[in-house]
Amino acid sequence: MIAALQPTTTWYLVLAAALFGIGMVGVMVRRNPLVMFMCVELMLNAVNLSFVALAVKLGDIGGQTIVFFVLVVAAAEVVVGLGIIVAILRRRPGATADDLAELRG
Amino acid sequence: MELFVFVCAALMILGGAIGVVLQARPVHAALSLVLTLFGVAVMFVAQDAHFLAAVQVIVYAGAIVVLFLFVIMLLGVDQADDLQVEPFPIQRPLAAILGVGVVGMLVAAVVSSRNTPVKPVTVTDAVAAAGTAPDSNIRALARDLFSDHVLAFELTSVLLVIAVVGTVLLTRKPSRSESKGAGA
Repeated sequence: MIAALQPTTTWYLVLAAALFGIGMVGVMVRRNPLVMFMCVELMLNAVNLSFVALAVKLGDIGGQTIVFFVLVVAAAEVVVGLGIIVAILRRRPGATADDLAELRG
Repeated sequence: MELFVFVCAALMILGGAIGVVLQARPVHAALSLVLTLFGVAVMFVAQDAHFLAAVQVIVYAGAIVVLFLFVIMLLGVDQADDLQVEPFPIQRPLAAILGVGVVGMLVAAVVSSRNTPVKPVTVTDAVAAAGTAPDSNIRALARDLFSDHVLAFELTSVLLVIAVVGTVLLTRKPSRSESKGAGA
């Protein structure tokens, strides 16, 4: 009976929803900008997971192609974001997201 | 067997994700992120997306997390956050409510639409042409990428160049003469 239980697309989508929720709570709760960035990565991965699950379900390779583009954009986003964080933390070490509420340097 | 793989990978993903949110030190959070990313790669393999699984390990676990670790270690910002302190008392309950609400809505949407008949599986040209060879996933992906989406593919190279140049400009230390000229 247990061997007959196969993970379906619904399972993957529910898992992706849980991962997205955890990442979202992390972005809202944590104050270290680096950790907030990691939580954004979690949310991107949740979206990738649901794209692939639906690509398999619909038999459409386009779902996997767009995951490829999401990966590229995530890489570019991390590079720019970490550059900004490095520039900020070099000027004021130990800054949290709350300290950066104003645009003055 | 598939069930076993799914459960193990799901535990990896969720455990790593909770670790990212709850670990006090950024280095530990980055290592928990690796666990989650590997779990997602296992999920990709389980769904026959072999190329994406490889790219996931190389780009995410290999490049992005290493970049995080470089920044953490080079800047020496690895002091533990005090997770007990709450600057805004309402922040955490609000975040929990919003998180549970969004997950609840997503799960409700997924579960309520699980029996919706999808349109009959349209085997795209790329998939049909690739057949069922062992490397059919990569072939199908390549056909789709280099035929229908070749312009977007070229634009990603522009995006990456812009990101690299912008980061170099952002992180450059201002030279003496410039900072004097700016009066800073």
